Amino acid sequence: MKSAILQTATRYLLPILLLFSFFLLLRGHYYPGGGFVGGLVASIAFVLHSFANGTASTMKILRYKPLSLIPIGLAISTLSVVAPLLLGLPPMTGLWFEEPIPVIGMIGSALFFDLGVYLVVIGVVLTILFTIALEQ
Amino acid sequence: MIDNHILAPIFVQLFTAIAQLMFWRKTVTQRFLSVGGSIIGLLVAIRLFTRVQADGILTMNAANWDAPFGIVFVADAFSATLVLLTSIAGVAVSLFSSVSLSRQRMLYGYFPIFHFLIMGLQGAFLTGDIFNLYVFFEVIIISSFVLMTLGGRKAQLEGAVKYMAMNILASMFFLTGIGILYGITGTLNMADLALKIQLVQNKTLVGITSCFFIIGFGIKSAVFPLYYWLPSSYHTPPSAVAATFGGLLTKVGIYALIRVLSLIFIPDDFTRTLLMGIAVMTIITGAFGALIKTNVRRLFSYLIVCHIGFMVGGIAMFTKIALMGTVFYLIHDIMVKTNMFLIAGLIRQLRGTLDMGKLGGLYRDYPKISLMIAIVLFSLVGIPPLSGFWPKIFLFQGAFEMHHYFFAAALIIGSFITLYVIAKMWSQVFWKNPPQEDLLDDRFAPMRPYRKLLMVLPILILGVVTLYVGLNAEAIINITDKISSQLMDNSEYIEAVLGDKTN
Repeated sequence: MKSAILQTATRYLLPILLLFSFFLLLRGHYYPGGGFVGGLVASIAFVLHSFANGTASTMKILRYKPLSLIPIGLAISTLSVVAPLLLGLPPMTGLWFEEPIPVIGMIGSALFFDLGVYLVVIGVVLTILFTIALEQ
Repeated sequence: MIDNHILAPIFVQLFTAIAQLMFWRKTVTQRFLSVGGSIIGLLVAIRLFTRVQADGILTMNAANWDAPFGIVFVADAFSATLVLLTSIAGVAVSLFSSVSLSRQRMLYGYFPIFHFLIMGLQGAFLTGDIFNLYVFFEVIIISSFVLMTLGGRKAQLEGAVKYMAMNILASMFFLTGIGILYGITGTLNMADLALKIQLVQNKTLVGITSCFFIIGFGIKSAVFPLYYWLPSSYHTPPSAVAATFGGLLTKVGIYALIRVLSLIFIPDDFTRTLLMGIAVMTIITGAFGALIKTNVRRLFSYLIVCHIGFMVGGIAMFTKIALMGTVFYLIHDIMVKTNMFLIAGLIRQLRGTLDMGKLGGLYRDYPKISLMIAIVLFSLVGIPPLSGFWPKIFLFQGAFEMHHYFFAAALIIGSFITLYVIAKMWSQVFWKNPPQEDLLDDRFAPMRPYRKLLMVLPILILGVVTLYVGLNAEAIINITDKISSQLMDNSEYIEAVLGDKTN
């Protein structure tokens, strides 16, 4: 599908959607949002790009295979789960920095867990969609 | 007592799987990681087991939320024993799969999925929250779907469809049961449920809910009217996969059944009669099914069904002696059934077929391996003093005390048919001369020595554990005695989880 309108729109939509997905990821701790939804929005941004420009060019802008995001995301999540053990607390306990960080807000181990989920969701969705798209 | 490290067996498997995902398509690295991770997992499980033996029940409140509100993980004697057995079986299967699987299967992620499966098993044994148990069941069945379909041959897909349909149905029953249970009690913590369920006025509703759980776990552990998916799917995947399934997956159903019945739905007369009927029919149908099979793995699949009946019978009687029999049989069965499927895999490598008509002459060609296999087969049949013999004593004792003569008769029939079937298999596979020598496809002899060793070693490891269970039965009886007292009197479990809040 080659459509000049879609291609031009995608050029602007891709960064906006990625930014929005990151916003969803960050507000997820107390408000609706979080890693899963953020990851879905981010992968939709890439899916849109692949509709407009073809799967091959999307894979080119991603540079790495989406499959490699899965272990990285899982590792980040799992490390944030076991990190409290080092302080003698049960796994999954929320650890928080004392001072809020500008723009992002409070940072805690829950954010890293969500970040891991975000990466895993992008990895899984894009792997599935690219596999189906390249089969044809 | 609170111990924050009881989840270590789960995390070891999880990290192994993640590390293997990082080495996607590098099968040699994955093999080393798999064996290494399994061995670390075994060491961690041994540590957990000794701590539970020394300090009693250990608990951990995830995320530091107190017991009835947060998710709690509990390691009592029963779950610690099963975690240990799973880890031993995990080491054996990961050694065996590193040489027996085709490279094609490894490329598509056999090893990470295998470790996710073991992680799910360990989680199901350690959790103290019934919804969390459901989540770990899902981890187990999703991993097992992948393992079962990996390779994508037609027979495999056919088996996988049956397996998947029945297991999804089981999960639905289980989930519906949890939903009703939460509706009537307002809690999901198993220790808390044990207290709250007694306050429910509507006993009929509780009885119906317990039926949901019995059907759900019944499908998973393959009991009488619901077992047919098992023999029609377990012979299709590669032997290493079938060993994990046959040795461990059906036993999780039995574990969950024991856990739920001992804590939440203490069996009343109706449940006991129902379970006893199921047990007798399971033994009889499984045994008669095994009689007519000529494929070694199909035969073993029916024997799984038959021996699940022994354990369900013990649960149905629900006395201390009978539960000792069930738990001892569970310990014996996990080790032996895993080994049986590994043996089937080895026979396939030695001869290229599993059809008993075409097999033969294994004792003539490989006497040492055959003798090792013979010990395992003797244990399965229950020749004294090997491991299959001791639990049957307790089961018989329980049956006579409770006057369940039908069950005692079924036990005798089941044991004799097992003996007959195994004797027939021995004479067909090991003693008789192969009908057509030239058709045999020996893929074992041309292998390099270290690969031969890696194929035989896991069978040897499990065989030695089985021998230990049989010859040092006193130690095992002490453990099963402790387990069954904890199961019969659940106050210790409840107090460990809820602390002093009970009164």
